[in-house]
Amino acid sequence: MTNGSLASAFAEATIRTATPLVLAATGELLVERAGLINIGLEGVILGGAFGALVGGSHGGSTLFGFAVAAAAGILIMLVFAAATLGMGADQIITGTAITLLALGATGTLYRTLYGAGGPALSIATSSPVAIPLLSRIPIVGVALFAQPPATYFAYVVVPLAWWWLSHTHAGLALRAIGESPIAARAAGVPVRRYRVLATMIAGALGGIAGGVLVLAQAGTFVEGMSAGRGFIAIAIVVLGRWKPIGVGLAALLFAATTSLQYLAQAMGFDVPYQLVLALPYALTLAALAGVGGRATPPAMLARVE
Amino acid sequence: MNRLSVPRGGETLIRAGFVLGSVVLGVPLLLRVLGFDAGPAMLALFRGSIGSSYAFTSGTLVRATPVILTGLSVAIAFRAGVFNIGSEGQLLAGAAAATTVTLLPVVGASHASPWMALVVGAIAGALWAGLAAVLRSRFRVLEVISTILLNFVALYLVGYLVRGPLQEPLHIYPQSPTIAAAARLPRILPSSRLHAGFLLALAAASIAWWVTRYTAAGFRLRAVGSNADAARIAGEIDVGRTTTRAFVVSGALAGLAGAIELTGVTFALYENISPGYGYTGIAVALLARLDPLGVVASGLLFGALEAGASAMQRDAGVPSVVVSIIEAIVILGLIVAWPLEMSTSTREGSSAPSADEADMGSVNP
Repeated sequence: MTNGSLASAFAEATIRTATPLVLAATGELLVERAGLINIGLEGVILGGAFGALVGGSHGGSTLFGFAVAAAAGILIMLVFAAATLGMGADQIITGTAITLLALGATGTLYRTLYGAGGPALSIATSSPVAIPLLSRIPIVGVALFAQPPATYFAYVVVPLAWWWLSHTHAGLALRAIGESPIAARAAGVPVRRYRVLATMIAGALGGIAGGVLVLAQAGTFVEGMSAGRGFIAIAIVVLGRWKPIGVGLAALLFAATTSLQYLAQAMGFDVPYQLVLALPYALTLAALAGVGGRATPPAMLARVE
Repeated sequence: MNRLSVPRGGETLIRAGFVLGSVVLGVPLLLRVLGFDAGPAMLALFRGSIGSSYAFTSGTLVRATPVILTGLSVAIAFRAGVFNIGSEGQLLAGAAAATTVTLLPVVGASHASPWMALVVGAIAGALWAGLAAVLRSRFRVLEVISTILLNFVALYLVGYLVRGPLQEPLHIYPQSPTIAAAARLPRILPSSRLHAGFLLALAAASIAWWVTRYTAAGFRLRAVGSNADAARIAGEIDVGRTTTRAFVVSGALAGLAGAIELTGVTFALYENISPGYGYTGIAVALLARLDPLGVVASGLLFGALEAGASAMQRDAGVPSVVVSIIEAIVILGLIVAWPLEMSTSTREGSSAPSADEADMGSVNP
């Protein structure tokens, strides 16, 4: 492999890995800016992946698959919102429970609907759409601009979230809630309504992230295929210092570390595969330690109400 | 203080009723909804858990052993206001370290071997938790996030070990060699797979109960967990030290669970050595309201559920992941109905806006 094609393969793997992470992490970012923390994001992604399977294999079109994925994510976040916002349950414990719930429900439903241990289902994946001119940029052109539509959606979501949080009335209200719900309420902000809104958006984005895994990447569903991406997305929010652009960059950084394994393989380094897989997690921990002292989370993050 | 630690008798009965009800009525209902034949499945669940003395000792009690220990691990951490979601990783670290020491030629054949493995496993679990404890106290990294990340690192580390340095001599399977007979925990009942680890789990629960209930350290733990600011100001308790200690002890218990699973059940290390015992521990601890003796009871219940679920998958073709749904429903039901008296303001060691917090509970925008 030439150096050029190696670099573009690395870039492509990075973008591919980053896409679901960016989507899920942006949703989590909104939830955390509203002063909540959803540890159950893993379950939301898994639910979205399963929804994508159901939608994609029954409805035919990829878009319908994504719609069902988003709906599945929203459904799971409704459980979270009902328990935490509706009934005052602890967020961290609720989050843990909804991941378990999604793991059990998708695993069981998968075998009910599609049979146990049968041949892996194959679903049509959305094909890449090349953007004229831009996709011709050497090395990174294809990686960035000849991707499935979901990747372009991720490109749009990040600046959109930034604009929404910093330039709209609603975004400012959401941030105010994360810093002090009391003050926000005194200023006339409907606190709970905004928090429900944030969890629903996070549900949709997390669900779509799961949809990306099925409809734009794997082309099939595997039990537990979220494989920790939900937890990584939560770490990425911290790493990105609770800012949309930061979250986008942190996701790219994590994805690039993960993609190092392809580079190492292609260049013939005999690095133990499992250790390379552990590297992004270890690096994220190190980065969190570095960021931890300086970043300021929303003041009311995960506080018991 | 006792109000916090001892659940009232009536409430305990209601909770037990809730859980039994959700198992006895909820499982068949769930199975019907999911399209399975509930009758044979429930029969298999019963047979595989408490249907015979063999099923009870070799199934339920053997399965209960690790979840009692991870349940204690979670209970002690949560009691101190530490959200240790990492019992799974600490368990794996314990199992890996126990394997390593057991496979050393000098150790493996000696009669001290299983006990040494348990000590090393507990230490490894403590160190693995200690990483997250340091990240929390020094670098203000939320332990919820760090422990989850460390779970993945532990999982991949085990994956590497069983394909690398600890792989069986033929290099075919991703697992360690089987440990020597002398390195295994003794069986405590004839014609059953029940091993001495179960007694250790019971002992650990009793000690944890006694310590939290009757010692100064236990008092500090409960004080910090229920109100860190009050503990610091009125009780002059070193909150940071108390939470770090609880964190490390929590990790040691999970590590012990891993070492016991290795020396009592699997006899070899492999990636799937834990089918999520660390996560089940959260359900076990919550069901027990973080009470160490309660953990034994709820650990037995979940042990029975999981043993029964294996039989259900084997005999009735119902996927055993169904148990995860039950666990989730139990956790959600309990946490909604009986919120824990627990503060999260211990994190970062800063003073929490307590007036703000107290007020939040009553406000409906």
